[in-house]
Amino acid sequence: MNKNIYRSRKISNTVGLTLSMGAMLLGMTALIWILFILFSKGFAALSLDFFLNSTPAPGSVGGGLSNAIVGSLMMVGLCTFVSTPIGVLAGIFLAEYGDRSKIASITRFVTDIMLSAPSIVIGLFVYAIYVAQVKHFSGFAGTLALSLIAVPVVLKTTENMLRLVPSTLREAAYALGTPKWKVSFSIILRSAKSGVITGILLAIARVSGETAPLLFTALNNQFFSADMNKPMSNLPVVIYQFALSPYENWVNLAWGGALIITLTVLGLNVLARVFFREKS
Amino acid sequence: MENMMSETDVSKGIKLSPEMSKIIRKQRLQDFIFHKVTLTFASLVLVVLAGIIISLIITSWPTFAKYGPGFFFRNEWDVVNSEFGGLDSIYGTLVTAFIALLIAVPVSFGISVFLTEMCPSWLKRPLGTAVELLAAVPSIIYGMFGLFVFAPVFGEYVQPFLTSTLGQLPVIGILFKGAPNGIGLLTAALILAFMIIPFITSVMRDVFEIVPPVLKEAAYGIGCTTWEVVTRVVLPYTRTGVVGGIMLGLGRALGETMAVTFVIGNAHRISPSLFSPGSSIASTLANEFGEAEPGLHYSSLFALGLTLFIITLFVLALAKWMLINMEKNQGSKN
Repeated sequence: MNKNIYRSRKISNTVGLTLSMGAMLLGMTALIWILFILFSKGFAALSLDFFLNSTPAPGSVGGGLSNAIVGSLMMVGLCTFVSTPIGVLAGIFLAEYGDRSKIASITRFVTDIMLSAPSIVIGLFVYAIYVAQVKHFSGFAGTLALSLIAVPVVLKTTENMLRLVPSTLREAAYALGTPKWKVSFSIILRSAKSGVITGILLAIARVSGETAPLLFTALNNQFFSADMNKPMSNLPVVIYQFALSPYENWVNLAWGGALIITLTVLGLNVLARVFFREKS
Repeated sequence: MENMMSETDVSKGIKLSPEMSKIIRKQRLQDFIFHKVTLTFASLVLVVLAGIIISLIITSWPTFAKYGPGFFFRNEWDVVNSEFGGLDSIYGTLVTAFIALLIAVPVSFGISVFLTEMCPSWLKRPLGTAVELLAAVPSIIYGMFGLFVFAPVFGEYVQPFLTSTLGQLPVIGILFKGAPNGIGLLTAALILAFMIIPFITSVMRDVFEIVPPVLKEAAYGIGCTTWEVVTRVVLPYTRTGVVGGIMLGLGRALGETMAVTFVIGNAHRISPSLFSPGSSIASTLANEFGEAEPGLHYSSLFALGLTLFIITLFVLALAKWMLINMEKNQGSKN
């Protein structure tokens, strides 16, 4: 046995594994650092006024983010309402008709690409086809941009979840003479329900934190407005504008908003996990 | 097609009552409609992709009509005199994404090795979940963290240190010289790295886990160390998947807006130092689109958007193709 070779192998093993552990520590440190800053600065900004008052004018004191929270809830809510049926139906097509269809395999490919497409370009697109035509920013435009991001997420998870349903279930239903649409809705979709809901939750989580597509579509509104055909305040854009502002109370509000968004997104993710694990 | 088949088989030789064939006809129509409706919604995704490309080409046309493909190579962005070129934004995008990958890939590899080979099993799940949750944190949080916390620390301690060490080296030294003000290309790249590490890690961990245990056990059986198993067995086996995951991270890094806009400095110039402020395509769009008047500025911003979309489309398609190929090989090997 060559002692030197043995030793150098052992050393490279130790070095490699130590570096891996270092990488893990680095990653955990970054995570804890980011979350610590977010929580300490964010909680300091939260108060009753934060949830009750609208965004303050430049130079004034106090203020809250009530208009932004309501705007975000409305846009994300409408987006969920729009993108769920589209995503689920398209997902059914890919899972139930998609094995031999050319369109299905192209759609699958394009969906995967759209999942990571730059969201700011989605904003540009909606600006070009909608905002530039009607000549004003609006909550509807923001909803449209968010939906374009949410649909691929719902579609992808729906397809994957429907494919997990055992084919014996399908065949048993067909053998009874059930028409295909009834099989899809009452048998397949129902047994994959928790998985599909997981996908919808993940889509909501994804769009709740999106800033870039809202910059050119919903823009912002300093005042409280529930009219979706007008520019609409929303948390991500307010955070963006306030964080870059020179006013101290604005920056604090931005941290508070950032905390709320992160808690929402992480909460939805955890919920999706728990939901999926319990039911499957 | 399928439902037609099942019904002709059944009706052969059996006399159906009129009510029965009425029901069958009705169901056939319903299924036909159901098929077309789901098909329409699935095709919607294709329509949107085509729509994005077409609308961006149309709105950016004035710019390309004036500069032609030279737009990509013009290092000029002068809003006042209406002279536009995309080179500095494209440069910023590529450089930040490249440096981010340079940092994120080894770190993600290390984390994946730790999670799949070294981690005690009770820690595996919480750590894996933590990585995935980190991937879900909205990018604007990374941007704020970068601007308010990371950049000051980086400018105060790390940049002077880099200047006095790496900055003294010949050739690459010039990359690390300049005013240590915390924001700039390098800071943007580091924040991007923070952001894409979870993405790359979760793909890498997933592909590492599909390596058949027999292969690893055989390697351990002939006396390989853990590091040798990882680099000589696991990595070659999962090569395509790993590269696919890296490309996915690259796609994210190229198109990221918020994490970059906060810390890149937003200056339209190309300078050799990585400490100097720059701009990426996404940050230029986020900063200037709101103020752009219809005209050349406006169409040039769309031209930048189109460029970004095409670059990421290409990278993501390549990533997807590699991951698909890996799945196919997977089938033939087993």
